[in-house]
Amino acid sequence: MTLNSSPQPETPSVPTPGPNNDSPDMNTANKSGVVPKLRPTDEQPPTTALGQFAKLFQNSRNEPGVPNPDQAPKIEAQDLCFFYGEKQALFNVTIKVPPRSVTAFIGPSGCGKSTFLRTLNRMNDIIEGTRLAGKALFDGQDIYAPNVDVVQLRKKVGMVFQKSTPFPKSIFDNVAYGPMIAGQRNRRVLGEIVETCLKRAALWNEVKDRLAESALALSGGQQQRLCIARSLATNPDVLLMDEPASALDPASTARIEDLIFELKQNYTIVIVTHNMQQAARVSDFTAFFFEGRLIEIGETQTLFTRPKEKKTEDYITGRFG
Amino acid sequence: MSVTPDSLTTSPASQSNSLVRRFSLTAFKEAIIKGLLFGCAFLSIFTTIAIIWVLLTNTLSFFEDVSLAEFLGDTRWTPQFEGEQKHFGIWPLITGTFLVAIIAASIGLPLGLLSAIYLSEYASPKMRNIAKPILEILAGIPTVVFGYFALVFVTPFVLRPILQTMLGFEVGIYNALSAGIVVGIMIVPTVCSLSEDALRVVPNGLREAAYALGSTKLDVSVRVVVPAALSGIIASFLLAFSRAVGETMAVTIAAGQQPVLNINPLQSVETMTAFIVNISLGDTPAGSIEYKSLYAVAFTLFALTLTMNIISQWVMRRYREEYQ
Ligand SMILES: Nc1ncnc2c1ncn2[C@@H]1O[C@H](COP(=O)(O)OP(=O)(O)OP(=O)(O)O)[C@@H](O)[C@H]1O
Ligand SMILES: [Mg+2]
Repeated sequence: MTLNSSPQPETPSVPTPGPNNDSPDMNTANKSGVVPKLRPTDEQPPTTALGQFAKLFQNSRNEPGVPNPDQAPKIEAQDLCFFYGEKQALFNVTIKVPPRSVTAFIGPSGCGKSTFLRTLNRMNDIIEGTRLAGKALFDGQDIYAPNVDVVQLRKKVGMVFQKSTPFPKSIFDNVAYGPMIAGQRNRRVLGEIVETCLKRAALWNEVKDRLAESALALSGGQQQRLCIARSLATNPDVLLMDEPASALDPASTARIEDLIFELKQNYTIVIVTHNMQQAARVSDFTAFFFEGRLIEIGETQTLFTRPKEKKTEDYITGRFG
Repeated sequence: MSVTPDSLTTSPASQSNSLVRRFSLTAFKEAIIKGLLFGCAFLSIFTTIAIIWVLLTNTLSFFEDVSLAEFLGDTRWTPQFEGEQKHFGIWPLITGTFLVAIIAASIGLPLGLLSAIYLSEYASPKMRNIAKPILEILAGIPTVVFGYFALVFVTPFVLRPILQTMLGFEVGIYNALSAGIVVGIMIVPTVCSLSEDALRVVPNGLREAAYALGSTKLDVSVRVVVPAALSGIIASFLLAFSRAVGETMAVTIAAGQQPVLNINPLQSVETMTAFIVNISLGDTPAGSIEYKSLYAVAFTLFALTLTMNIISQWVMRRYREEYQ
């Protein structure tokens, strides 16, 4: 089976917003509908809660390079619903992710961000008793079609987890794992792949003299970058990252964010994060999930400074979640 | 004894704030129970020490008559002979023991590991609930049954038709191979349950990470989970091997009593345990040198299995640390 990119004939526009938000049972404060003013702070420009984000974008590096959303989407979901047994975790999620962009998923804990991310490389298949309705497409191909080779799909759609998961093997063998199970036996080729991927993951200089040592001896931040390098080694198109920096110190987090910015040149990245600043810093598009629904998606700057939905605003200004 | 609200409010102990301990029935009972428990623990430690002491003193007295050089240097084991013909070289017993144990290991270890991988990685919870009790039953079959199974079934109905009738090798009625086969089956539950424990504690995140890199189930099991659990698996192998070395009834029945330096698995051998059984059951007079040789053999066996157990414990401890 093939999962090669096939150009899409139609040209979808900006990522389509999810179903409109009209669920009545939002138990947040402020039912008046008036955009609330926060207590004025010492800093001058931010007069509203959203102002804090406006500042973030003043020297944002994202601005000039916002990917063209008119391209054929790399990943697309259509009316995707997901069930853990009887419990429905996702409700009619419709989304388009353009290639070579960074899309951030935000939303309160338990809203289904990880679940949705995991539907995109079929990681949820491993969990027994789960069920999916609707469609998920990779390069226009239905990834849940019966003839899809899941192993091949997962090579094209890599994943980095919240907790770094280095295999108890050497640094070299960790990165070489993907190519090795794909049948690559040539040590020289493997060595080149390992070097390229470690360089891309900004880890090469730190580990180039100790490739034979156990990966478990690396620091948390190094382990996470190793896991990113390991994902890159299967030569994916898409990198799904589930809170990749949440267990890391600020310095390591900054390195991972730099890395995401670098990787954007070649990969489509979807990142789940609880950190609004992080979403604002690294992403081109941001999607806000709430209770299993996609509430709003848009260009990150727009979403953070002029959210369309009240719930989005409440969430990003920290009023709940 | 019922506690009424009355007794609670009127008893002086509950009213006073003094922390000084008083004599009470509860404290007395506690002391007795503590003493009993200590006694039980002490009894088993004492028994162990006593056994080692008996082994050691008798072994030392054996070595007053037989030199250590002969014991470790001679290749003949003939304690039942007279005069010049009497030899106490331990090697025939050691080779007999290890011949059976190695055959057992080459059958039991792979079988046990594969079933552990199946149970931990492949079996549905329902299948696991059926398979595990069956393995426990296997562990509960008396070893003497395995011995007779080897003697009356494996040798005449499996080994002889195949190896003797078809391939032309002579198969003794007592032989190391049949004993090794049944001991191999006996150690499967040990290997399986210990290895399965080791496989199951491998964090699920590792499996998910491997799947996310495009692994098949076989890749995940063989290239990630098994290497991650390797020290636990090795420990289970060592433990099972030392069980095979110490196994007594089945080998006494199936492998026979031929203490000759022989590595032909189709012929009868004598293991250390089988020799001990023989001397214990026979009419060897207590205090005679043959009788004392029993202790020397038992001590050798004890030293061998103890070493293997210590190594496996050490390996197991190391591997626990890896994931904590
Ligand atoms: N394996 C599972 N079995 C059953 N229910 C699950 C499972 N995993 C997640 N859920 C449920 O699905 C819902 C969505 O969970 P999910 O992990 O996707 O949330 P999340 O947005 O990633 O949250 P967080 O930010 O805390 O990671 C939750 O209500 C959760 O309880
Ligand atoms: Mg999550």
